[in-house]
Amino acid sequence: MLTVSMTVNGIAVSADVEARTLLVQFLREKLGLTGTHIGCDTSQCGACVVHLNGKSVKSCTTLAVQANGAAVTTIEGLAAADGTLHPMQEAFRDNHGLQCGFCTPGMVMSAIDLAQSHADLSEAEIREGLEGNMCRCTGYHNIVKAVKAGAQAMTAAMRR
Amino acid sequence: MADSGIGASVKRKEDFRFLTGRGTYIDDINRPGQTCAYILRSPHAHADIVKIDVAKAKVAPGVITVLTGADYDKGGVPCGWQIHSKDGSPMIEPPHFPLCKDKVRHVGDQVALIVAETYALAKDAAELIDVTYKEQKPIVSTGDADKPGVAQVWAAAKNNTCYDWHIGDKAAADAAFGKAAHVTKIDLVNQRLIPNAMEPRAAIGDFDRATGDYTLYTTSQNPHVIRLLMGAFVLQIPESKLRVVAPDVGGGFGSKIFHYSEEALVTWAAGKIQRPIKWTAERSESFMTDAHGRDHVSHAELALDKDGKFLGLRVSTKANMGAYLSTFAPCVPTYLYATLLAGVYTTPAIYAEVKAVFTHTVPVDAYRGAGRPEATYLLERLVEKAARETGIDRVELRRKNFIPTNAFPYQTPVALQYDSGDYFSTLDMALKASDWAGIETRRAEAKKHGKLRGIGISTYLEACGIAPSAVVGSLGARAGLYETGSIRVHPTGSVTVFTGTHSHGQGHETTFAQLVSDGLGIPIESIEVSHGDTNKIPFGMGTYGSRSLAVGGSAIVKAMDKIVKKATRIAAHLMEASVADVEFKNGTFTVAGTDKSKTFGEVALTAYVPHNYPITELEPGLEETAFYDPLNFTYPGGCHICEVEIDPDTGVTKVVNFTAVDDVGRVINPMIVEGQVHGGVTQGIGQALLEACAYDKDSGQLLTGSYMDYTMPRADDLPNFKVATHATMCTHNPLGSKGVGEVGAIGSPPAVINAVLDALAPLGVQDISMPATPLKVWQAIQAGSGRMAAE
Ligand code: FES
Ligand code: FES
Repeated sequence: MLTVSMTVNGIAVSADVEARTLLVQFLREKLGLTGTHIGCDTSQCGACVVHLNGKSVKSCTTLAVQANGAAVTTIEGLAAADGTLHPMQEAFRDNHGLQCGFCTPGMVMSAIDLAQSHADLSEAEIREGLEGNMCRCTGYHNIVKAVKAGAQAMTAAMRR
Repeated sequence: MADSGIGASVKRKEDFRFLTGRGTYIDDINRPGQTCAYILRSPHAHADIVKIDVAKAKVAPGVITVLTGADYDKGGVPCGWQIHSKDGSPMIEPPHFPLCKDKVRHVGDQVALIVAETYALAKDAAELIDVTYKEQKPIVSTGDADKPGVAQVWAAAKNNTCYDWHIGDKAAADAAFGKAAHVTKIDLVNQRLIPNAMEPRAAIGDFDRATGDYTLYTTSQNPHVIRLLMGAFVLQIPESKLRVVAPDVGGGFGSKIFHYSEEALVTWAAGKIQRPIKWTAERSESFMTDAHGRDHVSHAELALDKDGKFLGLRVSTKANMGAYLSTFAPCVPTYLYATLLAGVYTTPAIYAEVKAVFTHTVPVDAYRGAGRPEATYLLERLVEKAARETGIDRVELRRKNFIPTNAFPYQTPVALQYDSGDYFSTLDMALKASDWAGIETRRAEAKKHGKLRGIGISTYLEACGIAPSAVVGSLGARAGLYETGSIRVHPTGSVTVFTGTHSHGQGHETTFAQLVSDGLGIPIESIEVSHGDTNKIPFGMGTYGSRSLAVGGSAIVKAMDKIVKKATRIAAHLMEASVADVEFKNGTFTVAGTDKSKTFGEVALTAYVPHNYPITELEPGLEETAFYDPLNFTYPGGCHICEVEIDPDTGVTKVVNFTAVDDVGRVINPMIVEGQVHGGVTQGIGQALLEACAYDKDSGQLLTGSYMDYTMPRADDLPNFKVATHATMCTHNPLGSKGVGEVGAIGSPPAVINAVLDALAPLGVQDISMPATPLKVWQAIQAGSGRMAAE
């Protein structure tokens, strides 16, 4: 057993884990943060994406010990305490960018990182940028619309 | 009301919890004292089990129990449908025990259940189980399964044949071919697909020591069906002692309809160890054990007269069932496929034979569209080929053979009676939206850049809204296919709607709330829709076959009618008027010719606080349930047009435009309907260009066992879609709605392949199979150019 400590959604946490424990297992099983999903075992689907020090990572391919000392943000940490959604979450709702919701947490986390690292995202950039996130429900059409709208709303919010 | 009632694109009520990570999928649930299960699966496609030694595993750290076929003392997993062969004999129905007893019959077949304190410990212990197998040669090929000399899956099924069935009038079809001016023939494979809902299957079995009650939490599209199949047939637990819960489910597409043996295993074993047991599939297990889809090999012939009118159709299909019969499997290539072979055309004589075969592969069952995509692909490839052979324009050939809009109800020669449709309008709308007329300009433009551009069309029809119980009963279904809806009006006027359908992405919590908001005139915020729990919902048959709105929505409408009827009597009493004079509109009861009025809320309160109440005539309370059994299937149809651009150097096909115009009957929420079409079309494009399940023919190993090998459609494989609807109303249900869940996957694959063939036609390419991967397209170009050069 090893002890890991990190901040998750702004709260300091610490726990003993087996060395083989993945970050996604740590989040789901130790912290009960089940919004981060597991959709595959080959690091392909992106259902597990979280932010590690602000950058998106696949938490199924990250060991919990690798996140030692880091700041982790999960889907549960995006909305304000009063329930106000993050602009990207709001955009997914407005544009019907989700159906069953299983890919959604990973999609939203990837989309936010994508929006933060590109000014004025084009449709092609969005489609390429989401290459590591699979959705079986939506055909991506509305996800692409949502990411475009969400990115614009994030920029607008930054300006304010 | 208009912004939340029928026809409004209301934003979904369910989205908040999904967007904030607060959905409740099965793997998110943890029961007190929960243990974890790992299933040891067969590494062989076909082998005798000589010996299983579990001694070391049993004493491994954290292990609670290890169970094998020898311990299993309950029933087999049943099949829900029985087909009879041409000669009247029933299909061969082999037993399917949740743990194999003496033989394994596909890679992934279940050999042992290991229950431990954690999943990792269960998996570690599985490594210590020593199974001695005697390997046998497998058969995996659909086309070869009934040939002499191949491996046999079941001794009872000679030549691996499950049934040999037919439909239609053979003599009439043969006579039509006798008169034909032209006959077009085609051989097609509708390849095997893996559904790949993003949430892997999972199940938690729980046993209450105090009451002896069992609870199964499972990733299901139809919890009541699971309760019935598992309770009555497998474990012999009465409904009153068994609760099945399917809360948020991460996509199904058919693959979560069926009763899977893991569900029975965790429930059975939970009773044995008297602790909850959770099993969650790893993705590689999903690939290996979720029921697969499609897998047909067909030959078809179309007879035409000299003007291009279709005279007759003959079809012969082999369909793969896999090693065991899954819940709906036998009906998919028969009553959901061959009955659709008239399509949108007036073909007067049709004869189809379907042989279902067993192979050493995972069972095949319904996957989005189930039978109807296979029928549509066959017809639309055949019609396209006939157009090329006869020189008749492909759009005109279709138009010439469409069922006229004034010919409904239309009886086909293959059992179905279509109630409504207008194939001319959906065709015209799609031609316009896709700028069909402008293709030659775009083709020439592409050519300048060294690209091959092509356009393809598919005009399709499907039968859904399943299904009239008496009809399906006569066809071999072992259950009714009605639906239930209950409406509980609470004392202060808020409403809970209970539906026996199940939402796993379809947005029922919103669509059904819109229905009720519209019907009862109450704000959508006051309505909650409940589904997915046999302890809450009176009964239900679940969601598949695009039935939720057409059948489940109709049940809700019927329940609402009962509510309004009772509420009107209460209102009449309160207003001292006669029932006949009371009118209900926009949530208010009024008396004609007076200014008397009562709101729905006031009436609801009176129903529960019946101080001033017609108590001798009417019971207090305001809650009603309706069971709705449809009178017919519903028949959505439409036109899909795909435009592709192919890079001849690499063989890469890019879908540059996709237009879908669908008649799904009355639309309640256009935003949700469009989303359903987007998703369905994407699965259809996936089938046409990317996806294929492959088994090695010698070893029976699954070659496409992960996302590294099975090509899923990703965002950058797809265009934006042009989607529109044109409604003709379903004539036999109260909503006029037909269904939208599957149309996208049904209409699209032939549109894509016809576009690829149109692009490649100038190079002499006449055929290509799905998926049209870059390699296949490149090879076809090489072979085609060679042939052109040689000619
Ligand atoms: S779970 Fe699929 S990429 Fe992480
Ligand atoms: S919404 Fe279901 S997988 Fe994306």
